[in-house]
Amino acid sequence: MNASEPLLSVDRLRVEFATRNGIARVIDDVSFDLRAGETLGIVGESGCGKSMTALAIMGLVPDPPGRVAGGAIRLLGEDLTRADERRMSRIRGKEISMIFQEPMSSLNPVYTVGDQIGETVRLHEGLGKRAARERAIDMLKAVGIPAPQRRVDEYPHQMSGGMRQRVMIAMALACRPKVLIADEPTTALDVTVQAQIFDLLRDLKEQTGTAIILITHDMGAIAELAERVVVMYAGRKVEDAPVDEMLGNPSHPYTRGLIACVPHLEPDPPLERQPLTEIPGVVPSLAELGKGGCPFVPRCGFAHDRCRAEMPPPFDVRGRHHASCWLLDPRAAA
Amino acid sequence: MTDALLRASDLKVHFPLRRRHPFARPSKVHAVDGIDFAIRRGTTFGLVGESGSGKTTTALAVMRLIEATSGSIDLQGTDLLALKGEALRLQRRHMQIIFQDPYSSLNPRVRAGAIVREPLDQLDVGPAAGREERVAELFRHVGLRPEQRALFPHQFSGGQRQRIGIARALATQPELIVCDEPVSALDVAIQAQILNLLRRLQTEFGLTYLFISHDLGVVQHMCDEIAVMYLGQIVEQADRLSLFRTPLHPYTWALLSAVPSARRGAGRNVRVALTGDPPSPIDPQPGCRFASRCPFAEARCRTDSPVLRTVGAGHRVACHLVDEQGVAPHMRAAA
Repeated sequence: MNASEPLLSVDRLRVEFATRNGIARVIDDVSFDLRAGETLGIVGESGCGKSMTALAIMGLVPDPPGRVAGGAIRLLGEDLTRADERRMSRIRGKEISMIFQEPMSSLNPVYTVGDQIGETVRLHEGLGKRAARERAIDMLKAVGIPAPQRRVDEYPHQMSGGMRQRVMIAMALACRPKVLIADEPTTALDVTVQAQIFDLLRDLKEQTGTAIILITHDMGAIAELAERVVVMYAGRKVEDAPVDEMLGNPSHPYTRGLIACVPHLEPDPPLERQPLTEIPGVVPSLAELGKGGCPFVPRCGFAHDRCRAEMPPPFDVRGRHHASCWLLDPRAAA
Repeated sequence: MTDALLRASDLKVHFPLRRRHPFARPSKVHAVDGIDFAIRRGTTFGLVGESGSGKTTTALAVMRLIEATSGSIDLQGTDLLALKGEALRLQRRHMQIIFQDPYSSLNPRVRAGAIVREPLDQLDVGPAAGREERVAELFRHVGLRPEQRALFPHQFSGGQRQRIGIARALATQPELIVCDEPVSALDVAIQAQILNLLRRLQTEFGLTYLFISHDLGVVQHMCDEIAVMYLGQIVEQADRLSLFRTPLHPYTWALLSAVPSARRGAGRNVRVALTGDPPSPIDPQPGCRFASRCPFAEARCRTDSPVLRTVGAGHRVACHLVDEQGVAPHMRAAA
């Protein structure tokens, strides 16, 4: 594979949900590429469509009421939106796998963790019972679980939250997938355990070359793990950039607000504390999505008439940094 | 400290566990195991720690929502733990709580106005005729419109619901408000709105907060004095500047270094890798409770429990390895 060729390419993806008030566009015209071995962060508030994007890639959009209404998701050129369920079930867990926010509810409480890790490899690689168990032990060792020989026969409830998330990661990586989607992988965990999981994901990526899509609301996690960032708002991509560029030069008013509204931990805090920057209002509801104009207008301090009338296209900021905001229109600047 | 509004002394909350068989040794969860702290009037006292460290149990014990095993909690000269029945009920007008989850802490079948009014009626605060006007005023204070009193909780967003919870806590004009993870269930953009509101109300009404959070950035922004808890004990306590500038306990130091930073140019801080999870609070072993995860632990750490002692102006730490000059083991390691 050519290094410049994307491993996974999401191209003008559109996901719609049928609601009582008509069709709601929960993902609208979202595009991004993921290269082999890269970590891409997707950030936004709840309801911005970041988890739905992940579900669309996995072919897990609940249908009905939802459906992928347009665009393509290409894994090495193969359009997953056209793949049938049989094909998708061969891809899920083998080529693309996912770890979820809540490790307790995503593990089956009545099977041992060894059975659950083994199931993936038995299904996708046709391994026998004994070989699957060996692989499960290897995976538990790889994710840093002590005494894997013993732990492999334990049930999820016998483990701590951090350990369960390690099991989830072991399960997701058992078949050496090309893409790992991590949906808020550390939100339910304590900060010292979160740091361990970050280190683990980084090490595993270096060893296996798995590309990671990290979905989070935490800019700190993004700074820690991601190389490139996509910021989503109301089902649309509003900004994307390499991580240092995004944190150092955020250009969309929403991204700026998202970075400024969080009290950052300072090693040397100032004596005087300023009030935090607020993003007024709340995210628009489903029914308000897909109308004309920029969806951020009601919460934006810089909105003008054009923002209300027309959806801003992505403008180049510099290099690989783009933001969809009329303020960045080079023609309007004059 | 003479102007302390609240003072907890040797507070313990133990939960007995059911015996596995009739001859088993009785076990107890030492959720809070002998902590002392005082909160100055008009300030915010932060309790931080990971899950299971006992911070919420402490908050609930202060509110008398769970029973403490021993110790005392003094609120303006009244020992809260000695109160019973009607006396305790009436004392509640001086102390109120804001809960973490604005979804489960509001009754879905009661209108927002009635939720905020209830403590006024229950505790008979102010003349009955003026209460509706008082509720409207509270709505304005927390940034809601008075006409929203007629709505039900499901008609509000998460941030607005938390505002209702804050209005309810303010209703009786309490001196102390316990904030138990007040923003952790909210979206980041909404957190800033609520934190700013809490700080504004504090200045406006001279409130004293006991502020519980696991988010160190939030704690640094909100609190004047901070205690770090680990497995039911306070391991370090200091004012805001000393704690974050010179953390002394190895746990505090590791905790601070584990927080991912989104600040560009600040450099990715040197991560102190703590291995494993916090040990179980069931029948803890003697010695320092952090010893099993501490990179500096010595033989005495595993046998003798360190006491919380003062090492600098108002800076208290429970660690054998911090010397009298306030030099901590991680500072020696770095030098």
